[in-house]
Amino acid sequence: MRRSITLAVLILITLLFFASAVAALPVNKEVAGGEELNVKEMILHHLADSYEWHITGNGEKDLSLPLPVILRSKRSGWHLFLSSRLHHGEESYHGFRIASEGKYAGKILEIRTDGADSRPLDLSFTKNAASLLLSSLLLILLVLATARSVSRDPLKPKKGLAGLMEMAVVMIEDELIKPTVGKDYARYSPYLLTLFFFILINNLLGLIPLLPGGANVTGNIAVTLVLAVTTFLVVNFTGSREYYREIFWPDVPVWLKVPFPLMPIIEVVGLFTKPFALMIRLFANIMAGHAIVLGLTSLIFVSVSLGSTINASMTAASVLFTVFINFVELLVAFIQAYVFTLLSAVFIGLARVEPHVARSGEHTPVNKKTKQIEQNS
Amino acid sequence: MSLLTPEPGLLFWMMISFGIALLILVRYGFPVILKAVEKRKNYIDASIQAAREAQEELGKVVETGERMLTEARREQNAILKETTRLKEQLIGEARAGAAAESEKMLAAARSRIEAEREEALRTIRREVSTLSVQLAERILRERLGDEQEQMKMIDRLLDEVDISKS
Repeated sequence: MRRSITLAVLILITLLFFASAVAALPVNKEVAGGEELNVKEMILHHLADSYEWHITGNGEKDLSLPLPVILRSKRSGWHLFLSSRLHHGEESYHGFRIASEGKYAGKILEIRTDGADSRPLDLSFTKNAASLLLSSLLLILLVLATARSVSRDPLKPKKGLAGLMEMAVVMIEDELIKPTVGKDYARYSPYLLTLFFFILINNLLGLIPLLPGGANVTGNIAVTLVLAVTTFLVVNFTGSREYYREIFWPDVPVWLKVPFPLMPIIEVVGLFTKPFALMIRLFANIMAGHAIVLGLTSLIFVSVSLGSTINASMTAASVLFTVFINFVELLVAFIQAYVFTLLSAVFIGLARVEPHVARSGEHTPVNKKTKQIEQNS
Repeated sequence: MSLLTPEPGLLFWMMISFGIALLILVRYGFPVILKAVEKRKNYIDASIQAAREAQEELGKVVETGERMLTEARREQNAILKETTRLKEQLIGEARAGAAAESEKMLAAARSRIEAEREEALRTIRREVSTLSVQLAERILRERLGDEQEQMKMIDRLLDEVDISKS
Protein backbone atom coordinates (compact mmCIF):
# COMPACT_ATOMS: atom_id res chain seq x y z
CA MET A 1 0.00 0.00 0.00
CA ARG A 2 2.71 2.43 1.06
CA ARG A 3 4.82 1.44 -1.91
CA SER A 4 1.96 2.07 -4.32
CA ILE A 5 1.35 5.50 -2.84
CA THR A 6 5.01 6.36 -3.29
CA LEU A 7 4.81 5.08 -6.83
CA ALA A 8 1.77 7.22 -7.58
CA VAL A 9 3.46 10.32 -6.22
CA LEU A 10 6.55 9.60 -8.31
CA ILE A 11 4.44 9.17 -11.44
CA LEU A 12 2.65 12.40 -10.71
CA ILE A 13 5.91 14.34 -10.31
CA THR A 14 7.30 12.85 -13.53
CA LEU A 15 4.11 13.75 -15.34
CA LEU A 16 4.26 17.31 -14.09
CA PHE A 17 7.87 17.59 -15.15
CA PHE A 18 7.21 16.22 -18.61
CA ALA A 19 4.11 18.29 -19.04
CA SER A 20 5.95 21.50 -18.29
CA ALA A 21 8.79 20.44 -20.58
CA VAL A 22 6.40 19.70 -23.41
CA ALA A 23 4.49 22.89 -22.85
CA ALA A 24 7.72 24.85 -23.13
CA LEU A 25 8.42 23.49 -26.59
CA PRO A 26 8.08 26.12 -29.32
CA VAL A 27 6.11 23.79 -31.60
CA ASN A 28 3.25 23.69 -29.17
CA LYS A 29 3.21 27.42 -28.83
CA GLU A 30 2.96 27.65 -32.54
CA VAL A 31 0.07 25.21 -32.61
CA ALA A 32 -1.63 27.10 -29.84
CA GLY A 33 -1.20 30.29 -31.69
CA GLY A 34 -2.07 28.83 -35.07
CA GLU A 35 -5.18 26.72 -35.09
CA GLU A 36 -7.57 26.62 -32.20
CA LEU A 37 -8.55 23.12 -31.20
CA ASN A 38 -12.23 22.54 -31.76
CA VAL A 39 -12.99 20.27 -28.79
CA LYS A 40 -16.55 19.52 -29.74
CA GLU A 41 -15.61 18.51 -33.25
CA MET A 42 -12.69 16.42 -31.98
CA ILE A 43 -14.89 14.56 -29.51
CA LEU A 44 -17.65 13.97 -32.03
CA HIS A 45 -15.09 12.79 -34.54
CA HIS A 46 -13.69 10.28 -32.08
CA LEU A 47 -17.12 9.09 -31.01
CA ALA A 48 -18.22 8.52 -34.58
CA ASP A 49 -17.30 5.65 -36.80
CA SER A 50 -14.48 6.05 -39.32
CA TYR A 51 -13.34 4.39 -42.51
CA GLU A 52 -9.83 3.74 -41.25
CA TRP A 53 -8.44 2.54 -37.95
CA HIS A 54 -6.42 5.46 -36.74
CA ILE A 55 -3.44 4.47 -34.60
CA THR A 56 -1.36 7.58 -34.12
CA GLY A 57 -0.29 10.73 -35.90
CA ASN A 58 1.06 14.23 -35.40
CA GLY A 59 -1.22 16.26 -37.61
CA GLU A 60 0.74 16.01 -40.86
CA LYS A 61 1.43 12.32 -41.02
CA ASP A 62 -1.08 9.78 -39.82
CA LEU A 63 -0.41 6.19 -39.04
CA SER A 64 -3.59 4.25 -39.57
CA LEU A 65 -4.84 0.90 -40.69
CA PRO A 66 -6.83 1.23 -43.93
CA LEU A 67 -10.07 -0.72 -44.06
CA PRO A 68 -12.11 -1.79 -47.08
CA VAL A 69 -14.79 0.54 -48.31
CA ILE A 70 -17.83 -1.16 -49.85
CA LEU A 71 -20.28 1.04 -51.69
CA ARG A 72 -23.21 0.57 -53.93
CA SER A 73 -24.04 3.52 -56.13
CA LYS A 74 -27.34 3.74 -57.96
CA ARG A 75 -25.53 4.73 -61.11
CA SER A 76 -22.24 2.86 -61.13
CA GLY A 77 -22.99 -0.25 -59.08
CA TRP A 78 -20.72 -1.84 -56.52
CA HIS A 79 -17.36 -0.41 -55.48
CA LEU A 80 -14.69 -1.97 -53.27
CA PHE A 81 -11.46 -0.17 -52.39
CA LEU A 82 -9.24 0.61 -49.43
CA SER A 83 -10.03 3.63 -47.33
CA SER A 84 -6.47 4.92 -47.83
CA ARG A 85 -7.62 6.07 -51.26
CA LEU A 86 -9.81 8.66 -49.65
CA HIS A 87 -8.33 11.28 -47.38
CA HIS A 88 -10.18 13.79 -45.35
CA GLY A 89 -12.02 16.21 -47.56
CA GLU A 90 -9.89 17.03 -50.54
CA GLU A 91 -9.33 13.93 -52.61
CA SER A 92 -11.91 11.93 -54.42
CA TYR A 93 -11.73 8.46 -55.80
CA HIS A 94 -14.02 6.96 -58.43
CA GLY A 95 -16.34 9.85 -57.89
CA PHE A 96 -16.56 9.43 -54.11
CA ARG A 97 -15.36 11.73 -51.37
CA ILE A 98 -15.61 11.97 -47.62
CA ALA A 99 -17.77 14.87 -46.63
CA SER A 100 -16.05 17.30 -44.30
CA GLU A 101 -19.16 19.15 -43.20
CA GLY A 102 -22.89 19.16 -43.47
CA LYS A 103 -25.40 16.49 -42.68
CA TYR A 104 -23.09 13.67 -43.72
CA ALA A 105 -19.85 14.95 -42.18
CA GLY A 106 -17.29 12.17 -42.11
CA LYS A 107 -19.32 9.94 -44.39
CA ILE A 108 -18.66 8.99 -48.00
CA LEU A 109 -20.65 10.89 -50.57
CA GLU A 110 -21.03 10.30 -54.27
CA ILE A 111 -20.08 13.33 -56.28
CA ARG A 112 -22.73 14.29 -58.71
CA THR A 113 -22.39 16.68 -61.57
CA ASP A 114 -25.35 18.78 -60.51
CA GLY A 115 -23.67 19.54 -57.20
CA ALA A 116 -26.18 17.71 -55.00
CA ASP A 117 -23.93 14.99 -53.70
CA SER A 118 -25.84 11.92 -52.61
CA ARG A 119 -25.17 9.21 -50.14
CA PRO A 120 -24.63 5.78 -51.68
CA LEU A 121 -25.51 2.52 -49.93
CA ASP A 122 -22.53 2.31 -47.64
CA LEU A 123 -21.64 -1.17 -46.41
CA SER A 124 -18.03 -0.24 -45.67
CA PHE A 125 -16.09 -2.40 -43.30
CA THR A 126 -15.50 0.50 -40.94
CA LYS A 127 -13.54 0.74 -37.73
CA ASN A 128 -16.58 -0.25 -35.68
CA ALA A 129 -17.40 -3.11 -38.01
CA ALA A 130 -13.83 -4.37 -37.77
CA SER A 131 -13.87 -4.00 -34.02
CA LEU A 132 -17.20 -5.84 -33.83
CA LEU A 133 -15.93 -8.71 -35.93
CA LEU A 134 -12.73 -8.84 -33.94
CA SER A 135 -14.50 -8.84 -30.59
CA SER A 136 -16.99 -11.43 -31.85
CA LEU A 137 -14.17 -13.71 -32.90
CA LEU A 138 -12.40 -13.09 -29.61
CA LEU A 139 -15.57 -13.89 -27.70
CA ILE A 140 -16.21 -17.03 -29.73
CA LEU A 141 -12.64 -18.19 -29.16
CA LEU A 142 -12.82 -17.42 -25.47
CA VAL A 143 -16.12 -19.17 -24.91
CA LEU A 144 -15.37 -22.17 -27.09
CA ALA A 145 -11.99 -22.61 -25.41
CA THR A 146 -13.70 -22.44 -22.04
CA ALA A 147 -16.38 -24.85 -23.19
CA ARG A 148 -13.76 -27.25 -24.43
CA SER A 149 -11.66 -27.00 -21.31
CA VAL A 150 -14.68 -27.40 -19.05
CA SER A 151 -16.28 -30.25 -20.93
CA ARG A 152 -13.06 -32.22 -21.27
CA ASP A 153 -13.03 -32.93 -17.58
CA PRO A 154 -16.20 -31.50 -16.07
CA LEU A 155 -15.53 -32.79 -12.58
CA LYS A 156 -12.26 -30.90 -12.15
CA PRO A 157 -12.52 -27.22 -11.21
CA LYS A 158 -10.77 -25.02 -13.74
CA LYS A 159 -8.04 -22.48 -13.20
CA GLY A 160 -7.05 -19.38 -15.11
CA LEU A 161 -9.15 -17.93 -17.90
CA ALA A 162 -11.48 -20.91 -18.15
CA GLY A 163 -12.12 -20.69 -14.43
CA LEU A 164 -12.82 -16.97 -14.68
CA MET A 165 -15.19 -17.43 -17.60
CA GLU A 166 -16.91 -20.30 -15.88
CA MET A 167 -17.35 -18.27 -12.73
CA ALA A 168 -18.80 -15.35 -14.68
CA VAL A 169 -21.16 -17.65 -16.60
CA VAL A 170 -22.36 -19.31 -13.43
CA MET A 171 -22.79 -15.96 -11.70
CA ILE A 172 -24.91 -14.54 -14.52
CA GLU A 173 -26.89 -17.75 -14.79
CA ASP A 174 -27.55 -18.14 -11.07
CA GLU A 175 -27.99 -14.58 -9.95
CA LEU A 176 -29.48 -12.91 -12.98
CA ILE A 177 -31.18 -15.35 -15.31
CA LYS A 178 -32.65 -17.89 -12.90
CA PRO A 179 -34.45 -15.47 -10.58
CA THR A 180 -35.72 -13.12 -13.28
CA VAL A 181 -36.75 -15.33 -16.19
CA GLY A 182 -38.59 -17.89 -14.13
CA LYS A 183 -39.00 -21.57 -14.52
CA ASP A 184 -38.05 -22.11 -18.19
CA TYR A 185 -34.86 -20.09 -17.85
CA ALA A 186 -32.72 -22.83 -19.43
CA ARG A 187 -34.19 -22.02 -22.84
CA TYR A 188 -33.07 -18.42 -22.65
CA SER A 189 -29.82 -18.55 -20.74
CA PRO A 190 -27.57 -19.16 -23.81
CA TYR A 191 -29.03 -16.09 -25.51
CA LEU A 192 -28.80 -13.94 -22.40
CA LEU A 193 -25.26 -15.10 -21.67
CA THR A 194 -24.21 -14.31 -25.24
CA LEU A 195 -25.78 -10.89 -24.87
CA PHE A 196 -23.96 -10.22 -21.61
CA PHE A 197 -20.54 -11.32 -22.78
CA PHE A 198 -20.91 -9.66 -26.17
CA ILE A 199 -21.70 -6.30 -24.58
CA LEU A 200 -19.06 -6.76 -21.89
CA ILE A 201 -16.24 -7.62 -24.28
CA ASN A 202 -17.13 -4.73 -26.58
CA ASN A 203 -17.37 -2.32 -23.64
CA LEU A 204 -13.98 -3.46 -22.36
CA LEU A 205 -12.31 -3.31 -25.77
CA GLY A 206 -13.70 0.19 -26.16
CA LEU A 207 -11.74 1.24 -23.09
CA ILE A 208 -8.41 0.18 -24.58
CA PRO A 209 -7.13 3.18 -26.53
CA LEU A 210 -4.87 1.22 -28.89
CA LEU A 211 -5.52 -0.89 -31.95
CA PRO A 212 -7.42 -3.98 -30.76
CA GLY A 213 -9.80 -1.65 -28.99
CA GLY A 214 -10.55 2.01 -29.01
CA ALA A 215 -13.63 1.82 -31.15
CA ASN A 216 -16.77 3.29 -29.67
CA VAL A 217 -18.73 0.15 -30.51
CA THR A 218 -21.38 -0.18 -27.82
CA GLY A 219 -21.65 3.60 -27.81
CA ASN A 220 -22.92 3.41 -31.37
CA ILE A 221 -26.64 3.43 -31.86
CA ALA A 222 -26.59 0.91 -34.69
CA VAL A 223 -24.98 -1.69 -32.45
CA THR A 224 -27.35 -1.17 -29.54
CA LEU A 225 -30.24 -1.08 -32.00
CA VAL A 226 -29.43 -4.58 -33.23
CA LEU A 227 -29.06 -5.83 -29.66
CA ALA A 228 -32.35 -4.27 -28.60
CA VAL A 229 -34.17 -5.60 -31.68
CA THR A 230 -32.85 -9.09 -30.97
CA THR A 231 -34.18 -8.90 -27.44
CA PHE A 232 -37.47 -7.56 -28.77
CA LEU A 233 -37.76 -10.50 -31.17
CA VAL A 234 -36.87 -13.04 -28.51
CA VAL A 235 -39.35 -11.54 -26.07
CA ASN A 236 -42.24 -11.29 -28.49
CA PHE A 237 -41.77 -14.51 -30.41
CA THR A 238 -41.67 -16.59 -27.26
CA GLY A 239 -44.35 -14.67 -25.36
CA SER A 240 -47.03 -16.74 -23.72
CA ARG A 241 -50.72 -16.59 -24.52
CA GLU A 242 -51.32 -14.82 -21.22
CA TYR A 243 -48.74 -12.17 -22.17
CA TYR A 244 -50.64 -11.31 -25.34
CA ARG A 245 -53.97 -11.46 -23.54
CA GLU A 246 -52.64 -8.91 -21.05
CA ILE A 247 -51.61 -6.65 -23.91
CA PHE A 248 -54.79 -6.79 -25.98
CA TRP A 249 -57.34 -7.48 -23.27
CA PRO A 250 -55.81 -6.38 -19.94
CA ASP A 251 -57.56 -6.66 -16.60
CA VAL A 252 -58.96 -3.14 -16.53
CA PRO A 253 -62.51 -1.75 -16.58
CA VAL A 254 -64.16 -2.46 -19.90
CA TRP A 255 -64.60 1.22 -20.85
CA LEU A 256 -60.82 1.50 -21.06
CA LYS A 257 -60.81 -1.14 -23.80
CA VAL A 258 -64.07 -0.61 -25.67
CA PRO A 259 -64.97 1.32 -27.77
CA PHE A 260 -61.64 3.15 -27.75
CA PRO A 261 -58.81 0.68 -26.97
CA LEU A 262 -56.85 3.00 -24.68
CA MET A 263 -55.11 0.34 -22.58
CA PRO A 264 -54.22 -1.93 -25.52
CA ILE A 265 -52.65 1.06 -27.27
CA ILE A 266 -50.62 1.91 -24.17
CA GLU A 267 -49.54 -1.72 -23.84
CA VAL A 268 -48.53 -1.92 -27.49
CA VAL A 269 -46.53 1.28 -27.18
CA GLY A 270 -44.93 -0.30 -24.11
CA LEU A 271 -43.82 -3.22 -26.26
CA PHE A 272 -41.63 -0.87 -28.23
CA THR A 273 -40.52 1.50 -25.49
CA LYS A 274 -38.91 -1.33 -23.54
CA PRO A 275 -36.31 -2.25 -26.19
CA PHE A 276 -36.02 1.41 -27.11
CA ALA A 277 -35.00 2.20 -23.54
CA LEU A 278 -32.50 -0.67 -23.68
CA MET A 279 -31.00 0.72 -26.85
CA ILE A 280 -30.70 4.29 -25.59
CA ARG A 281 -29.42 3.30 -22.13
CA LEU A 282 -26.44 1.31 -23.37
CA PHE A 283 -25.66 3.74 -26.17
CA ALA A 284 -25.82 6.82 -23.97
CA ASN A 285 -23.83 5.34 -21.10
CA ILE A 286 -20.94 4.13 -23.18
CA MET A 287 -20.89 7.15 -25.44
CA ALA A 288 -20.92 9.46 -22.43
CA GLY A 289 -18.01 7.57 -20.89
CA HIS A 290 -15.95 7.95 -24.03
CA ALA A 291 -16.94 11.61 -24.31
CA ILE A 292 -15.83 12.30 -20.74
CA VAL A 293 -12.46 10.66 -21.31
CA LEU A 294 -11.99 12.59 -24.53
CA GLY A 295 -13.06 15.83 -22.90
CA LEU A 296 -10.65 15.36 -20.02
CA THR A 297 -7.84 14.55 -22.42
CA SER A 298 -8.56 17.62 -24.50
CA LEU A 299 -8.14 19.68 -21.34
CA ILE A 300 -4.40 19.34 -21.93
CA PHE A 301 -4.60 20.84 -25.40
CA VAL A 302 -7.11 23.51 -24.54
CA SER A 303 -4.98 24.81 -21.70
CA VAL A 304 -1.84 25.15 -23.84
CA SER A 305 -2.67 28.77 -24.63
CA LEU A 306 -2.97 29.59 -20.92
CA GLY A 307 0.75 29.32 -20.21
CA SER A 308 3.00 26.50 -19.18
CA THR A 309 2.26 26.48 -15.45
CA ILE A 310 -1.47 26.19 -15.88
CA ASN A 311 -0.96 23.78 -18.74
CA ALA A 312 1.26 21.55 -16.58
CA SER A 313 -1.11 21.49 -13.66
CA MET A 314 -4.07 20.93 -15.98
CA THR A 315 -2.19 18.05 -17.59
CA ALA A 316 -1.64 16.41 -14.23
CA ALA A 317 -5.26 16.95 -13.29
CA SER A 318 -6.38 15.65 -16.65
CA VAL A 319 -4.33 12.47 -16.33
CA LEU A 320 -5.54 11.91 -12.78
CA PHE A 321 -9.16 12.42 -13.72
CA THR A 322 -8.83 10.34 -16.85
CA VAL A 323 -7.42 7.46 -14.84
CA PHE A 324 -10.25 7.84 -12.35
CA ILE A 325 -12.89 8.01 -15.08
CA ASN A 326 -11.34 4.97 -16.73
CA PHE A 327 -11.85 3.03 -13.53
CA VAL A 328 -15.41 4.25 -13.38
CA GLU A 329 -15.81 3.21 -17.01
CA LEU A 330 -14.52 -0.22 -16.13
CA LEU A 331 -17.32 -0.43 -13.62
CA VAL A 332 -19.81 1.00 -16.11
CA ALA A 333 -18.71 -1.52 -18.74
CA PHE A 334 -19.73 -4.32 -16.42
CA ILE A 335 -22.82 -2.61 -15.03
CA GLN A 336 -24.25 -1.73 -18.44
CA ALA A 337 -23.70 -5.24 -19.76
CA TYR A 338 -25.34 -6.55 -16.59
CA VAL A 339 -28.24 -4.13 -16.78
CA PHE A 340 -28.91 -4.81 -20.45
CA THR A 341 -28.96 -8.54 -19.75
CA LEU A 342 -30.99 -8.12 -16.59
CA LEU A 343 -33.65 -6.06 -18.33
CA SER A 344 -33.74 -8.45 -21.27
CA ALA A 345 -34.24 -11.26 -18.77
CA VAL A 346 -36.96 -9.26 -17.02
CA PHE A 347 -38.78 -8.62 -20.29
CA ILE A 348 -38.54 -12.29 -21.18
CA GLY A 349 -39.80 -13.17 -17.73
CA LEU A 350 -42.73 -10.79 -18.15
CA ALA A 351 -43.52 -12.31 -21.53
CA ARG A 352 -43.61 -15.78 -19.99
CA VAL A 353 -46.39 -14.99 -17.52
CA GLU A 354 -48.90 -17.67 -16.79
CA PRO A 355 -52.59 -17.13 -16.02
CA HIS A 356 -52.94 -15.95 -12.45
CA VAL A 357 -54.43 -18.52 -10.14
CA ALA A 358 -56.50 -15.93 -8.35
CA ARG A 359 -58.03 -13.62 -10.95
CA SER A 360 -58.56 -10.81 -8.48
CA GLY A 361 -55.45 -8.93 -9.49
CA GLU A 362 -53.23 -10.96 -7.21
CA HIS A 363 -49.82 -11.30 -8.80
CA THR A 364 -47.55 -14.27 -8.45
CA PRO A 365 -44.37 -13.56 -6.48
CA VAL A 366 -42.10 -13.92 -9.54
CA ASN A 367 -44.17 -11.44 -11.47
CA LYS A 368 -44.14 -8.98 -8.63
CA LYS A 369 -40.39 -9.22 -8.31
CA THR A 370 -39.69 -8.71 -12.00
CA LYS A 371 -42.05 -5.75 -12.14
CA GLN A 372 -40.24 -4.25 -9.20
CA ILE A 373 -36.88 -4.71 -10.90
CA GLU A 374 -38.23 -3.03 -13.98
CA GLN A 375 -39.42 -0.06 -12.02
CA ASN A 376 -36.19 0.34 -10.13
CA SER A 377 -33.93 0.46 -13.12
CA MET B 1 -27.47 14.50 -35.25
CA SER B 2 -25.40 11.81 -36.81
CA LEU B 3 -24.71 10.05 -33.53
CA LEU B 4 -28.37 9.18 -33.18
CA THR B 5 -28.96 7.88 -36.68
CA PRO B 6 -27.93 4.27 -37.16
CA GLU B 7 -25.70 3.66 -40.16
CA PRO B 8 -27.00 0.95 -42.48
CA GLY B 9 -23.46 -0.32 -43.08
CA LEU B 10 -22.74 -0.75 -39.41
CA LEU B 11 -26.18 -2.30 -38.90
CA PHE B 12 -25.27 -4.84 -41.54
CA TRP B 13 -21.87 -5.66 -40.01
CA MET B 14 -23.32 -5.73 -36.52
CA MET B 15 -25.99 -8.18 -37.63
CA ILE B 16 -23.32 -10.37 -39.17
CA SER B 17 -20.93 -10.22 -36.20
CA PHE B 18 -23.58 -10.61 -33.55
CA GLY B 19 -25.41 -13.20 -35.62
CA ILE B 20 -22.31 -15.35 -35.99
CA ALA B 21 -21.43 -14.98 -32.33
CA LEU B 22 -25.01 -15.75 -31.30
CA LEU B 23 -25.34 -18.79 -33.55
CA ILE B 24 -22.07 -20.34 -32.49
CA LEU B 25 -22.27 -19.50 -28.81
CA VAL B 26 -25.91 -20.49 -28.39
CA ARG B 27 -25.21 -23.83 -30.05
CA TYR B 28 -21.70 -24.81 -29.05
CA GLY B 29 -20.57 -22.34 -26.40
CA PHE B 30 -22.71 -21.66 -23.39
CA PRO B 31 -24.87 -24.81 -23.31
CA VAL B 32 -21.67 -26.87 -23.13
CA ILE B 33 -20.31 -24.79 -20.26
CA LEU B 34 -23.64 -24.82 -18.46
CA LYS B 35 -23.98 -28.56 -18.93
CA ALA B 36 -20.47 -29.19 -17.64
CA VAL B 37 -21.08 -26.95 -14.65
CA GLU B 38 -24.39 -28.68 -14.05
CA LYS B 39 -22.66 -32.02 -14.25
CA ARG B 40 -20.07 -30.96 -11.73
CA LYS B 41 -22.76 -29.53 -9.50
CA ASN B 42 -24.67 -32.79 -9.65
CA TYR B 43 -21.48 -34.71 -8.97
CA ILE B 44 -20.70 -32.55 -5.95
CA ASP B 45 -24.27 -32.85 -4.72
CA ALA B 46 -24.16 -36.59 -5.19
CA SER B 47 -20.81 -36.76 -3.42
CA ILE B 48 -22.12 -34.76 -0.50
CA GLN B 49 -25.20 -36.95 -0.41
CA ALA B 50 -23.03 -40.05 -0.55
CA ALA B 51 -20.77 -38.71 2.18
CA ARG B 52 -23.78 -37.96 4.32
CA GLU B 53 -25.16 -41.41 3.69
CA ALA B 54 -21.79 -42.95 4.45
CA GLN B 55 -21.68 -40.92 7.64
CA GLU B 56 -25.13 -42.15 8.56
CA GLU B 57 -24.16 -45.66 7.62
CA LEU B 58 -21.04 -45.35 9.72
CA GLY B 59 -23.09 -44.07 12.62
CA LYS B 60 -25.43 -46.98 12.18
CA VAL B 61 -22.52 -49.39 12.01
CA VAL B 62 -20.99 -47.91 15.14
CA GLU B 63 -24.36 -48.12 16.82
CA THR B 64 -24.79 -51.71 15.70
CA GLY B 65 -21.29 -52.50 16.87
CA GLU B 66 -21.97 -50.97 20.21
CA ARG B 67 -25.23 -52.78 20.48
CA MET B 68 -23.52 -56.00 19.55
CA LEU B 69 -20.82 -55.32 22.09
CA THR B 70 -23.30 -54.71 24.87
CA GLU B 71 -25.23 -57.73 23.73
CA ALA B 72 -22.06 -59.80 23.80
CA ARG B 73 -21.16 -58.42 27.18
CA ARG B 74 -24.60 -59.21 28.48
CA GLU B 75 -24.38 -62.67 27.02
CA GLN B 76 -20.95 -63.12 28.50
CA ASN B 77 -22.30 -62.09 31.88
CA ALA B 78 -25.21 -64.45 31.50
CA ILE B 79 -22.93 -67.26 30.49
CA LEU B 80 -20.59 -66.51 33.34
CA LYS B 81 -23.47 -66.47 35.73
CA GLU B 82 -24.80 -69.69 34.28
CA THR B 83 -21.41 -71.37 34.58
CA THR B 84 -21.04 -70.22 38.14
CA ARG B 85 -24.46 -71.53 38.86
CA LEU B 86 -23.66 -74.81 37.11
CA LYS B 87 -20.37 -75.11 38.90
CA GLU B 88 -22.03 -74.59 42.21
CA GLN B 89 -24.76 -77.00 41.29
CA LEU B 90 -22.22 -79.57 40.22
CA ILE B 91 -20.18 -79.12 43.31
CA GLY B 92 -23.34 -79.34 45.37
CA GLU B 93 -24.45 -82.38 43.52
CA ALA B 94 -21.07 -83.99 43.87
CA ARG B 95 -21.03 -83.17 47.50
CA ALA B 96 -24.50 -84.60 47.98
CA GLY B 97 -23.60 -87.69 46.01
CA ALA B 98 -20.50 -88.22 48.04
CA ALA B 99 -22.42 -87.77 51.23
CA ALA B 100 -25.08 -90.18 50.10
CA GLU B 101 -22.46 -92.70 49.06
CA SER B 102 -20.61 -92.44 52.28
CA GLU B 103 -23.91 -92.65 54.11
CA LYS B 104 -24.73 -95.79 52.20
CA MET B 105 -21.35 -97.27 52.91
CA LEU B 106 -21.65 -96.38 56.51
CA ALA B 107 -25.08 -97.92 56.65
CA ALA B 108 -23.80 -101.07 54.98
CA ALA B 109 -20.90 -101.23 57.34
CA ARG B 110 -23.20 -100.64 60.24
CA SER B 111 -25.61 -103.36 59.18
CA ARG B 112 -22.82 -105.81 58.67
CA ILE B 113 -21.40 -104.97 62.03
CA GLU B 114 -24.89 -105.49 63.45
CA ALA B 115 -25.25 -108.79 61.69
CA GLU B 116 -21.87 -109.92 62.79
CA ARG B 117 -22.58 -108.86 66.29
CA GLU B 118 -25.84 -110.83 66.29
CA GLU B 119 -24.08 -113.77 64.78
CA ALA B 120 -21.48 -113.52 67.47
CA LEU B 121 -24.17 -113.16 70.12
CA ARG B 122 -26.00 -116.16 68.77
CA THR B 123 -22.87 -118.21 68.74
CA ILE B 124 -22.03 -117.08 72.23
CA ARG B 125 -25.55 -117.83 73.35
CA ARG B 126 -25.41 -121.27 71.78
CA GLU B 127 -22.07 -121.91 73.41
CA VAL B 128 -23.36 -120.58 76.69
CA SER B 129 -26.50 -122.79 76.55
CA THR B 130 -24.50 -125.88 75.65
CA LEU B 131 -22.08 -125.01 78.35
CA SER B 132 -24.84 -124.43 80.86
CA VAL B 133 -26.56 -127.68 79.91
CA GLN B 134 -23.30 -129.50 80.37
CA LEU B 135 -22.79 -127.66 83.61
CA ALA B 136 -26.32 -128.43 84.72
CA GLU B 137 -25.85 -132.07 83.76
CA ARG B 138 -22.74 -132.15 85.71
CA ILE B 139 -24.35 -130.42 88.67
CA LEU B 140 -27.35 -132.69 88.52
CA ARG B 141 -25.16 -135.72 88.31
CA GLU B 142 -23.36 -134.51 91.33
CA ARG B 143 -26.50 -133.65 93.35
CA LEU B 144 -28.75 -136.57 92.48
CA GLY B 145 -26.30 -139.26 93.34
CA ASP B 146 -28.35 -140.98 96.12
CA GLU B 147 -31.95 -142.20 96.22
CA GLN B 148 -33.23 -139.96 98.80
CA GLU B 149 -32.28 -136.97 96.99
CA GLN B 150 -33.88 -138.19 93.83
CA MET B 151 -37.16 -138.82 95.61
CA LYS B 152 -37.21 -135.38 97.12
CA MET B 153 -36.73 -133.96 93.81
CA ILE B 154 -39.55 -135.88 92.26
CA ASP B 155 -41.85 -134.80 95.05
CA ARG B 156 -41.12 -131.28 94.62
CA LEU B 157 -41.63 -131.46 90.96
CA LEU B 158 -44.92 -133.20 91.45
CA ASP B 159 -45.96 -130.49 93.86
CA GLU B 160 -45.21 -127.94 91.37
CA VAL B 161 -47.29 -129.71 88.79
CA ASP B 162 -50.20 -129.95 91.20
CA ILE B 163 -50.05 -126.39 92.03
CA SER B 164 -49.97 -125.48 88.42
CA LYS B 165 -52.97 -127.91 87.85
CA SER B 166 -55.12 -126.43 90.47
